[in-house]
Amino acid sequence: MLELKNISKEYNKRVILDHVNMTVEDGEIMCIVGESGAGKTTLLRCISGLERIDGGQILIDGKEFDPYSNQNNDSVIGVVFQEYQLFPHLKVLENITLAPIMVLKKKEAEARQEAMQLLEGLSLADKAKLYPYQLSGGQKQRVAIARAMAMKPRILCYDEPTSALDPGLRDTVKNIILDLKKSGMTQIVVTHDMDFAKQIADSILKVKPSRG
Amino acid sequence: MSYILEILPSLLEGAQLTLKIFLWTVVGSIPLGLIVGLGLTSHFVPLKAILKFYVWLMRGTPLLLQLIFVFYGLPLIGSGALTLQRYDAALFAFILNYTAYFAEIFRGGLQSIDHGQYESAKVLRLSYLQTVRKVITPQVLKIVLPSIGNEVINLVKDSSLVYVIGLGDLLRAGNVATSRDVTLVPLILVGVIYLLMTAVLTFILRKLEQHYSYWK
Ligand SMILES: Nc1ncnc2c1ncn2[C@@H]1O[C@H](COP(=O)(O)OP(=O)(O)O)[C@@H](O)[C@H]1O
Ligand SMILES: [Mg+2]
Repeated sequence: MLELKNISKEYNKRVILDHVNMTVEDGEIMCIVGESGAGKTTLLRCISGLERIDGGQILIDGKEFDPYSNQNNDSVIGVVFQEYQLFPHLKVLENITLAPIMVLKKKEAEARQEAMQLLEGLSLADKAKLYPYQLSGGQKQRVAIARAMAMKPRILCYDEPTSALDPGLRDTVKNIILDLKKSGMTQIVVTHDMDFAKQIADSILKVKPSRG
Repeated sequence: MSYILEILPSLLEGAQLTLKIFLWTVVGSIPLGLIVGLGLTSHFVPLKAILKFYVWLMRGTPLLLQLIFVFYGLPLIGSGALTLQRYDAALFAFILNYTAYFAEIFRGGLQSIDHGQYESAKVLRLSYLQTVRKVITPQVLKIVLPSIGNEVINLVKDSSLVYVIGLGDLLRAGNVATSRDVTLVPLILVGVIYLLMTAVLTFILRKLEQHYSYWK
């Protein structure tokens, strides 16, 4: 269980997040919705440790947790960025195995085998040897998901997973997220698309632009 | 023809020194340039200020002056303690100077990398050093390769400056032969040897660029 208590965040004295509270149960899908500029990405960045929070508390399983300084590989918060941020110089498979090999110190063969399983699950097995520039947007996104999953994250976060995709691919993402839920994955999805949120969410958090 | 064969050994000996200075400068100043470039893009203000000053100094004064300063000037300061052999002095000045140029090139390359690349590495728990080594540097190398190539070609020619501190490089060998035998042939040969060296380098650089074209 992930709990946010009174999370505050400012940029240059401008309040972006003002005492945000949220509870994400294990295995559920939490959607964070709100108009553009409301602070959804900022909240995601605080949860994933890319920004330091200015106030409040983050707890995992009731224990205080600072994602910004956390080094423990048992509580990785995975992120699928809006622009995916794949490593352009590495093949699909290497994108996925890099962190397990470098960080989790996995053997290369083992990391590859696990990566191939993830790719198969996402119907990308035939793309393992391609470079990111050779993939479509939807394929890049799935590689980004596989790359994050390879670190066995406690929670997987997505920033606007539907924004860069053709409308037809929305259902594909939806099904991937729902499949991951079946496998027990806890997921946080930031989106400005209320319909999409309603289709997948167990809980919805609405963030409003702070007046600060 | 027999004259050419006669002077060729001394020219090649000079070329050997030229190549030695060239190679060691490349080997020393490219990695150092990357490190200084990383420092130039860091957020640690004092470090950045010092490195900026260093780059400004090295790029704002002639290499020839730096060379003379290191060889003739340093011994005067440290009452002899800072005296370097000619060859060491040349190498020191060249590495100091070229590191600054390479650092500027790397700084540009580093700044053109999307900050999201650092962030995606960070959420994957890669350390800063792992990120630089595995994610950033390969991308930067591809970007900076053409500019680095230009500087490397310049270096071959700049190496002839060691002539002023009395080192026997290729240019000096040609010059000696020309004044002794009163003929232009040695100088023409010197030109040809420089052309050969830069041609080989250009070829290697093109191969490297091709190597890096496997991704976009
Ligand atoms: N690094 C930053 N520095 C200053 N202001 C920022 C920064 N990042 C975001 N903001 C501001 O914070 C507000 C919320 O941004 P963001 O979290 O990206 O919103 P959303 O994702 O909901 O569209 C915006 O007004 C934005 O301009
Ligand atoms: Mg956003």
